[in-house]
Amino acid sequence: MEVSDLTRNFGPRRAVAGVSFALLPGECLALFGPNGAGKTTLLRVLAGLLKPTSGNARVSGIELPGGAAARTRVGLISHHTMLYEALSPRENVAFAAGLYGIRDARDRVEDSLRRMAMLERADAPVRSLSRGMQQRVSIARAMVHSPQLVLADEPYSGLDESGARSLTALLEELRAAGTAIVIVTHNLVEGLSLATRAAVMKAGKFIRTDAADHIDRGSYAVTYREALASGG
Amino acid sequence: MADVLYTSWLIARKDLAIEFRTRSAFFSAVVFALLALAIFYYAWDPTAVTAGDLAPGVLWVIFTFSGLLGLHRSFGVEISDHAIDGLLASPASREAIFLGKALANLIFVAAVQLVAIPALVLFYNLPLTNIAGPLIAIAVLAAIGLVAVGTLFSAMAVNTRLAELLLPMLALPFFVPIVTAAAQATAKLLSGRPVVEISAWLKLLVAFDLVFVVACTVAFPFTVED
Repeated sequence: MEVSDLTRNFGPRRAVAGVSFALLPGECLALFGPNGAGKTTLLRVLAGLLKPTSGNARVSGIELPGGAAARTRVGLISHHTMLYEALSPRENVAFAAGLYGIRDARDRVEDSLRRMAMLERADAPVRSLSRGMQQRVSIARAMVHSPQLVLADEPYSGLDESGARSLTALLEELRAAGTAIVIVTHNLVEGLSLATRAAVMKAGKFIRTDAADHIDRGSYAVTYREALASGG
Repeated sequence: MADVLYTSWLIARKDLAIEFRTRSAFFSAVVFALLALAIFYYAWDPTAVTAGDLAPGVLWVIFTFSGLLGLHRSFGVEISDHAIDGLLASPASREAIFLGKALANLIFVAAVQLVAIPALVLFYNLPLTNIAGPLIAIAVLAAIGLVAVGTLFSAMAVNTRLAELLLPMLALPFFVPIVTAAAQATAKLLSGRPVVEISAWLKLLVAFDLVFVVACTVAFPFTVED
């Protein structure tokens, strides 16, 4: 994935201001920053939900946001579950599989739900599930088409310890299999546990970027606070 | 094209499954239709206006407003917990999303018509045997146009705070030509005129359908894209 000088304005306000980075298959970028830093906007641009004002992003050489070919390669996890409450987890995941052009998706759906430990409640209406269970289904939904790039915006939101462990294991498994991941989180520990790179975002810009092997995980909270205080 | 049709059907099936589970919009629309029929019936003076003169207006007022109830819900289900983001981030084409939504709405309106038309026939003691076929043709053709326009405006209105007010305000002016043609054709039919006399109205409805379906399909991406 290559992101080059990506900018997104909302009227006069610049939410993302000339962000550039590259991710190889199997890399994970953890994105930290205060509220309003532009992290979610950046992810929404990469997911094709917002158009960039300028700059560009490519996944496997295909420009984002593009047509179906680009969107097929991306999986989006958000703190919003993006589920239909009246449908069951199985129906939600099967619907997503259909949208991604997976015909005869029964095994893929079962596998996605199994990975998030949701098979037992697979036929209950989503509205009857706890917030954490709904988040698990949402993750299963995002993974059903085996995306090459996973965009995760606060994916741990609402998950209990077991759900968080399942998600971390799943993301590590995906990363090992060559999936590139961009994860936005306020939780430094969870973000750094997966990251091969970490970036701090403020006022729409990357003000600090570190490779994982240069990160002292024990003291990164201090580094993060200092980066925010200095503004880069 | 096959992909678009498959995705449309997938989306329509999902919307219908949600409506079948909740039944909220369908029951609201049917109860509204039956209540409106009853009110019109008791306000009717048969010595002043014949059933054949009154029924077309009653029928199309009921279809128009009961249809709006379903159209409002069409994109309402997508807003809950940002399901629309999942839909728009998927490879489904915007045209397929529109056609799927419109198909589900068409089936919804047809289901309401299935209840409302027999009720109207009962209330006003209308002779249905000879005109059932043409009446169904008028209902289906008008429903296609209404649903195309209504689905587009439902997508536009859903993100606003005044969605329930905005949808009828936006859609009703565009409903006028369809409802006029449908009511005129229905009136001729119920007054015992030969079917050939309504063919001009039917052609007009077909023309409206073509224009509205094509125009709304083309315009829809602009309502959901950034």
